[in-house]
This record gives sequence, C-alpha cells and structure tokens, in this order.
Amino acid sequence: MTRAELRSVDVVLGGTPIVRSIDLELVSGEVLALVGPNGSGKSTLLRTLYRALRPHEGTVSVDGTDVWRLRSVDVARTIAVVAQERPDDFDFTVADVVRMGRTPYLGRMARIGASHDRICADALERTGAAHLAARVFHTLSGGEKQRVLIARALAQEPSILGLDEPTNHLDISAQLEILGLVASLDGVTVIAALHELTHAAAYADRVAVLQDGAVVGCGPPGEVLTPALIEEVFAVRASVGLHPDTGRPQFSFSPLPRESNPTCHEHV
Amino acid sequence: MRSEIDIDDAVVEAPPNGVGTADPVPLSLQRTDGVLPGAAVPVLSVVLLLLLPVTIVVATGIGAVGIPADEVWEVVSARLLRRSPDVAPEVEQIIWTIRLPRVLLSAVVGAGLAVAGLCLQAVVRNPLADPYILGAAAGASAAAVAVIVLGSSAVFGLGLSAAAFLGALASLLLTLALGQRAGQVNSTRLILAGVAVGYVFSAVTSFLQLQAEPNQLRGVIFWLLGSFASAEWSDLAIPTAALVFVGGWLTVQGPKMNALVMGDDTAASLGIRVSRSRVWLLILASLVTGACISVAGGIGFVGLMIPHAARLAVGPDHRRLLPVAVLGGAIFLVGVDVIARRVAAPGELPIGIFTAAIGGPAFLAIMVRNNTWASGR
Repeated sequence: MTRAELRSVDVVLGGTPIVRSIDLELVSGEVLALVGPNGSGKSTLLRTLYRALRPHEGTVSVDGTDVWRLRSVDVARTIAVVAQERPDDFDFTVADVVRMGRTPYLGRMARIGASHDRICADALERTGAAHLAARVFHTLSGGEKQRVLIARALAQEPSILGLDEPTNHLDISAQLEILGLVASLDGVTVIAALHELTHAAAYADRVAVLQDGAVVGCGPPGEVLTPALIEEVFAVRASVGLHPDTGRPQFSFSPLPRESNPTCHEHV
Repeated sequence: MRSEIDIDDAVVEAPPNGVGTADPVPLSLQRTDGVLPGAAVPVLSVVLLLLLPVTIVVATGIGAVGIPADEVWEVVSARLLRRSPDVAPEVEQIIWTIRLPRVLLSAVVGAGLAVAGLCLQAVVRNPLADPYILGAAAGASAAAVAVIVLGSSAVFGLGLSAAAFLGALASLLLTLALGQRAGQVNSTRLILAGVAVGYVFSAVTSFLQLQAEPNQLRGVIFWLLGSFASAEWSDLAIPTAALVFVGGWLTVQGPKMNALVMGDDTAASLGIRVSRSRVWLLILASLVTGACISVAGGIGFVGLMIPHAARLAVGPDHRRLLPVAVLGGAIFLVGVDVIARRVAAPGELPIGIFTAAIGGPAFLAIMVRNNTWASGR
C-alpha cells in the first residue's frame, strides 16, 4: 500500500505563511479528516499533497519519494483529488468528465479505448452514478455532481483520494450520502477537508485539527475533538455528546460569552 | 435540448430493475459522444472535409464574371498537374491569380481563428473567450497600424506581419500577467484584464489613426475591419505554416485542454503542468492569431462562434472539437467572404462587418443558452 508523508511542510503565499512546519502521515486505508476554521490552511495543505502547490520548505513524499522528484503523471496515478472547482461553463457529459480521470494513463496520441471505458464504468458503478452517464454534468444536483467527481477521481485508480470540503452546498441527506460513500471506498486512503466537526467525528478514523497553518491536534476524533481544543481553535463553546446510534462524538455549539474589550469600547 | 435527448437515451438503455447487467460496460457510457451517437462524429469531420473543397471551388466561381465549377476545377487540376488548362486565358487569369488565393486565404484564416478561439477558451476556462476579448486582435492591429502610419522603424524595424504577430503575443501575455493572482488564473479576472488591454491598444490605434496621412487611412481601415481584397499567393505562406504547426501541435493536446477546462487544481491532480501548459497554449493561440491578422486584418467573432458551433455539434471534448472547428471555420469564412465581395458589387465591403453582423446575434444566443451566465453568475 502507498504511504504518504508530509515533513516540516511550510507554504508561503503572497508573503503570508499559510502552512507552518506541518508533519503528517497518512495511514494506509484510513479516512483522515482535516478540520479547522476558515483560512487555517486545510485547502493549502491538500494542494501541496496533490502537487498543485510546491511547498516553500519541507517535503511531501509518496512511498518515501518526494513528489516533486516524480513525474507529474506518476503522482496523478497515485493521488487523485476532488477539488472545489466545477466545469459548469462547458457542456461535458458525465461520461466525458469521468473519462478525464484516465488522462494520466494516456500517451500523447492515445485514444480512450475500451479498457479505459471499463474502468470509468466501474468507477461510476462504485459511486452509484452509473445511471447518470449520459447526463450533462452541469444539469446535475450538487450531490450527483459530487458522486461523478469522485468517480472521476477513482478512474485515476489512485491509492490516495483527497477531497476539499466535499459536502459544501449539499443538503444534509446528500452530505451523509457522500461521506458514507467516501468512507466505504475499499483500498483507498482518504484525506478530506471538512467543516462539520460532527461529520469528521462520524466518518473519519483520525482527525487533524489545523489552526493558523499548524496542526494542533491529531488522532482519533474522540480523543482530539475535546471541548477545550474546540474552544481554543474555533472560538466557540462546545459540548460533546455521543450519537445515540453510532456512539461517535457529536457536538452542540454556543458562542463564547462576550468579553468586554476596553480598547474597543473607548473608541466607540 | 441536448440533455433531453441524452436523458431519453439513458432511460431507454437502462436495464430493467437492475437485471440483465451481463454487459460489463454499460451501453450508456459508450453512447455519449456528444449529441450524435458515437460513430457519427468522425462522419461529421469527413462531411466537412468533403464540403471544404466543394465550397472553395464554388466560391472561386462566384464573382463579377461567373465561372462554372467545372472550369474552376479544370484550371486548378491543370495547374496542379502542370499542364495548360482547357479554358480561355482570361478565365485562367481570374481564377488562378485573383480569386483562388483569396478564397484559400479566407479558408486558412477562418480555420486559424477558429483554432485560436478554441485554444483560448480552454486556457481561460470560458466559452465566451476569443482573440478579441483577450485583446490579441487589438494588440496586433495597434502594432500593424503603427507600421503603416509611422513606418517600420517605429516598431524596431519589423515588417507588418512580424509586428502584428508580436502585437498579438504581447497583448495576450500582458492579459495573462494581469489576469493571474499568485499563479492562479481566475477566468473572470483574465477576461476583465483582456478587455482593459484591448481598450488601451485600441486607444493607441485611434491615436495613430489621427496621425495618419489620408493615403495611409485606407490601410488602417483594412486592419480594423479586415478584408481579403488584396490577397495574393504570397500571403498564404505564413498563416498556412502557422495553422499547420499549431493545428498539428494541438492535435496531441486534446486531453490536456480537456483537463484545463476542469480547473487548475483538477488539471494539476491529473498530471498536467498547469502554468506551463497555459503559457504554451497562449503562445500557440497568439502565433496563429497574429499570423491570421497580419494578412487579413481584424476579423472578429469567427474565433468565438465556430468553436461554439462545433461544441454544439460534437460536445466539448477537444479531440473531437479540433477537426470540426478547423474545417467549419474554413468553410464559414470562405462563405462570408463571398457575401462581402458580392453584396455591394461591383464594390466590396470589409469582411469584418459581416462576421460581426452574424456574430453579434450568435454571441447573444450563446449567452442566453448558457445557464450559468444567464443567471448572472
């Protein structure tokens, strides 16, 4: 199985450090959730993993080899991603979109042949989207689009799948469907940036908590997502309960009591 | 309309109640090559390939002196086989010296502008891009008009074609530089940058126009509206070479352009080196745009409309789009040039008037059809 590792990774964008000396190892077959407030560096961290962004310092390695020493297509055959972008301005069919997952396997002149199509069909089957194959992508619902994009990523036959906020803009039923699908994928290590702590606790094997570009907690959700850490990182008061069916942690939030801030009041 | 057809197909092909799934590849996945069922896509390319020479022969026959197609063909085949044609010498003169270079040039320029539009639309991930919108035509025109009005010494001693080419390249690269932020190209920003660059170069062109001597103005108007009226055989070399080179290169770039359209991050995760590919595609688009504009002036809308029509016919996969766009662009511009030289006969009108007159409404139709733009996103 493929092992991916980030070692002392620093990313600076436009002079601002976004990710600060992060060490993270992906355990084969696990679902790792990245959580943290907006701007804490979740997406940036993912982007260094799938080679869209070169770290300023440190290394991202796959099976011990720095991804920047590998050919880009070899990385693409190992790590696939569902980013937040959508090809909505072009009338790609679902089949067109999924076939793009075979791009790293095409030679310059190669055509999409029967064996590629079989892999694409299998990928659509795995994500429960086979019936959508002939539809135009931008006419699909949010949940359907996500299924298709995951199928596109699976068509790359990756051993690592990155997901950047896969439940964004989805209704609750679609959120649970997508997360359930992702968690049930066999033979794929998943790393997903998530906003909902309850989702992270319910579906992830491990959670990494980011604050200002640094990992401030990493481990099983029940151990890491404590009220104290949540209050420190997200600046909300959290109370933790257990889900009645799954026994996983779930959270209720309330705002922190307003602190009087004398410097502010003086100027008002 | 397209999606309705596709949905119907999918319903028809879905196995009843999930049984009968013996076929490991669902039929629906094999049958989704654009609007036309699978095999019909190469057929469209073949049809256009056969239609192009017919169009060229017919267009060459049309003019102040009508010449039947068989005589046109007689002259062309005789010239190619190096024998003397069995037609009157003045007919041969009209066909070979006057009309044929013009018709061929309009075909090459039509194909070239369509290729440039297709390429730029993939680069900026926006189906409404064309060489005009990204400022390339304005840059090329400004440089060409500078050569006409100020002489080539004002533009580092460059000739007209070289100046137009470099003007196109410079304006496109300027647009790219202004349109990116921290290495990320945002397509809205890129288009805004292109519009701004276009305005600046248009201002330069307007200023130069005021400096022009009356005898230079005709040349300037040629640049602004485009015309094939002065086409000669020697004009064909540069745009043809550019078209063959760029078209040949893009033939193997289909998967790359498809991936770029998906978005930068997705493309990177598919193994595409995004910035590098984008810069190269922009240079290719500038090369062919500059070469076309340098011989034909600023012909608008071809680069927008033809890729769009091709997309409606065969879907957005660039491997299928390229041949259809090349052939469609060639046929389209040959046809429009016939209109340009016959509508006000015996005089003639700049071809850019007609491409714009057809292109404006076509642009609106595309915009209304495109949900995401129509909804103001």
